[in-house]
Order: sequence, then structure tokens, then C-alpha cells
Amino acid sequence: MTSQRTVAEGLFEWPSEEPRVHASRCDACSFVTFPAQDACPSCGADTVTATQLSRRGTLWTWTRQRFQPKNPPYLGREPAGEFVPYGVGFVELPEGRLEARLAGDVDQELHIGMPMELTVVPFTTDEDGTEVLTYAFRPVGKD
Amino acid sequence: MDDVAIIGVGLHPFGRFPGLSAIEMGAKASRAALADAGLAWKDVQFAFGGSYEVDNPDAVVNFLGLTGLPFTDVYNGCATAASALTQAANTIRLGGYDIGMAIGMDKHLPGAFAADPVQYGVPAWYGETGLFLTPKFFAMKIQRYMHDFGITPLTLARVAAKNYRNGERNPNAFRRTPLSEEAILESPMVNDPLTQYMFCSPDEGAAAVVLCRTDIAHRYTANPVFLRASVVRTRRLGAFEVHSPWLPLERADAPTVDASRAAYEMAGLGPEDVDVVQLQDTDAGAEVIHMAENGFCKDGEQEALLADGATEIQGSLPVNTDGGLIANGEPIGASGLRQIHELVLQLRGAAGDRQVPGSPTVGYSQLYGAPGTAGVAIVTT
Repeated sequence: MTSQRTVAEGLFEWPSEEPRVHASRCDACSFVTFPAQDACPSCGADTVTATQLSRRGTLWTWTRQRFQPKNPPYLGREPAGEFVPYGVGFVELPEGRLEARLAGDVDQELHIGMPMELTVVPFTTDEDGTEVLTYAFRPVGKD
Repeated sequence: MDDVAIIGVGLHPFGRFPGLSAIEMGAKASRAALADAGLAWKDVQFAFGGSYEVDNPDAVVNFLGLTGLPFTDVYNGCATAASALTQAANTIRLGGYDIGMAIGMDKHLPGAFAADPVQYGVPAWYGETGLFLTPKFFAMKIQRYMHDFGITPLTLARVAAKNYRNGERNPNAFRRTPLSEEAILESPMVNDPLTQYMFCSPDEGAAAVVLCRTDIAHRYTANPVFLRASVVRTRRLGAFEVHSPWLPLERADAPTVDASRAAYEMAGLGPEDVDVVQLQDTDAGAEVIHMAENGFCKDGEQEALLADGATEIQGSLPVNTDGGLIANGEPIGASGLRQIHELVLQLRGAAGDRQVPGSPTVGYSQLYGAPGTAGVAIVTT
């Protein structure tokens, strides 16, 4: 079996049947922010509580990343000819709008307002073959 | 607030110059600005230098003269030049100095900028997963804007085609070959809906401005241009900004809107008074959005304005008369001083083939960049 790791500790719940992204909620003003941080960007208070974001929302805007990002900071090391373009979007959740890679074929139909749900996908492999996982959104009803 | 006069502007052409350092280009632009003002480097009492790639732009003194002047280096993303200009103007307003310079220079590698996301206040995973990229932010901002306000891809192509046409008339520009709307639309898609020829490129170049107290400006030039406002603002919570993976539901105005309003107030002028405009066209969509963010039209009116040619040199609202970033590329430290250079030429009536007709008297420039910083300047005759 292929070994896997998440791209960053604590970024999202894993392993999980229904993964959720971690965020923080301000104890003073209740503002929710992502990624989780120890101070509130709204009121400046420095006491926050961990929270998790909703798994479903709607596509607020999107694009397709058609050129290979520079490494570093991108982890992908594939030769230029083997780069697989990917979708990127902001998904509007009840707590706010979350940026994410979009799972599925880069040329899949995308439109603002379409229902999306959270998933976890491998996006590259380490030199030892370990798959690196990140959170992503996919159109609801698509695997 | 007291006005400050611009008595000299200079530019090193923008493009690619193998074997020439950013510092050397900065020195050449400074000499050009000093010659324009009829001054020598020893007359300069202080300077601010801006660059992304160069840690110490003040090293231009190696080529200009080691006079011992106070020289402060600034970096503020794509608004670096606005920061250098603002600080230089404020230094004169404080009363301790009469004559100073703002100098900008850069020399970037080809291709989109790559940096360490942690240095921008976002986690490493944001870069590792392929999200720390400015072009895809601009693509997502215009994608949403097109959806909300009925802007079409043809309008984006019209913006880029205009800027390449204007670049053809500018001997200092990087890209001087006109491109049709069709060629722009059919060029490879980079980040939907933006194609390759709708983007500017990081490149090389330098620009410099000589400033002085308004009451002594006529000693140096018969045609001083007055800096009526120069403002820098950063993003507020709720603004949709580059390098931020989270956007609160409650939206706030972009930092450009805040900088623009403050600049109009400082100048005692409004968008209806402006005769010639330079906007941050990192991509064609950015120019469209910035037309509205700076008060020159309502959201969505760009579609008709571009179709009618309003933003052409001969139009009612000339935008990016020297070709903007799309034709000049973006050496970050120099980009905003290139805008000032162009506005000063236009207000002097010295812009040659690309001169805006009707003796323009009010010029406006705007910068925007990572991680959500904007600069606006207003100049008048």
C-alpha cells in the first residue's frame, strides 16, 4: 500500500470519512478565520478557540492553474511536460469563503454558484514515493 | 497640506538588459532625471530608493557620487515606488530639506514571481500545494467581477490591445508590437479567463523623480508639475486580496478604493477633474477593475467604455498612455515612478506620438500588489 502524509499537521482532520478543515474562532468577537491562528485579525484579541469549517458550500469564483508553479515553494517536482493543471476556487461556506484546489479533471465544467463539497486528494509524491495529501473541493455528486 | 513640485523625471528603458545591474540602471535613470531638472547629484539633499531584488538601492551612490546624503531604502510590494515617492514628498513637507529624489530599480527573472509564503504571513503549505501565485488571484478576482457586472473576454482583449498599441508609440517600452484582439484571445490560456497576452511580465528597468519645495521650483524649470497627493493604503478585513486563502462573508472595499478616496480628498479634486490616468494593469482584468475602484466609472460601465474607445489616447478617459505594465513589464521598484514619468511628460505636453490632446492638466496614477497594498498619486500643472 502506498504510504501517505498530509501536507501540514493540523490543517484538516485526517484520516476521516468526513474530513473537515481546521480554523479558529475568536473568544472575544466570534470572528472565524482560516488558517487557524492564535490572534484575531478582526478585533486583535489573542485568545481563540479551535473550530472546524463546514464541508459544503457553493463555488464563489474559480480559475484553472495551467502553468507549473515554481519549486520551491511548490512541492511538485515532475518534469514540465508531465505537469497536470488543476482548478482553484473560493468556496462560500456558512463561516466564510475558503480557497482550495478543485478536485477532478481540470477541464470539468465549473460555474459560479455550483454546489461543492470538501474532499482530500493526493497532489504530488515525495521522493520516497509517499503521497502528499491536501484538502480540496469537488462538485457535489462527483467522485 | 503643502504641495511638492516635480522638477525632473528620468527613465532607464524597461525590458531585458543582460550585463547591466539594477543598480546601474537606477544610476542611469537618476542621471536622466537630474539632467531634466538641470541639477547635479551633489545638489540632492536626500533620497529614497525602492527595489524588490536589490537589498540596498542606495548603492547607486557608487555611480553617482559618495556625497554622504541621507538615503533610505524602501520596499512595499508593487506599491514600492508609491512609498518612495510619498516618503520623499513628506520629507520635504517636514521642512528640513529643499530638494530630494525618489529612485526605483529592479531586475527580475522571467516568469511569475516565486517567493516564500511564510514571509508574506501565510503558511508554507499554501505554497507547497500550488496556491501561492499572484496570476491565479487576479484571474479569480476578474472571474467574479465579470460574473457580477457583465464584463466579457472581448473587453479584456481590448484593454491589452490598447496597451500594446500605446507601447508601440513608447520608445522606452518592453513590448512594442501591436497585437489584435483575436491574437490576444487566442493566445494560450494561463489562468482562465486570462490568456498569455493579457498579463504583464516581470522585467528590468529603473525610473527616478526629482522633487523640491514648491516655492523654489521655478528656479529649475518653467514647467513644474505639482504633486497634489501621494497616498499608500493596506487591505482591510473583508477585502478580496492576493495571498489570502480566506475571505470573510462581509466584504470591504479594496485598498485601492481607500487610497483613491484619500488622494482625492488631499488634492481637493475628483475623478471628473482627471485628464490622463495610469492604472496598475498587472493583467487586463486589473485595469478594468481599477477603472471603477479609482472612481472613473461605475462597476460594469467598462464594457461600453472600452467598446467606445474611451480609454484610448484620443478618448475621453486616456488610460495607460505609455502602454502600462502590459507593454512595459513590471520592474517592481521602478513601476510607479514610470507612471509619474509618463504623467509629467503628458502634463508638459512633451509625450510626442502618444501625447493626449487638449493640454491635460491633471494626472492620476495607481499601484496595487501583494499582499494587498495600494498607492495613488495625483499631479497637476
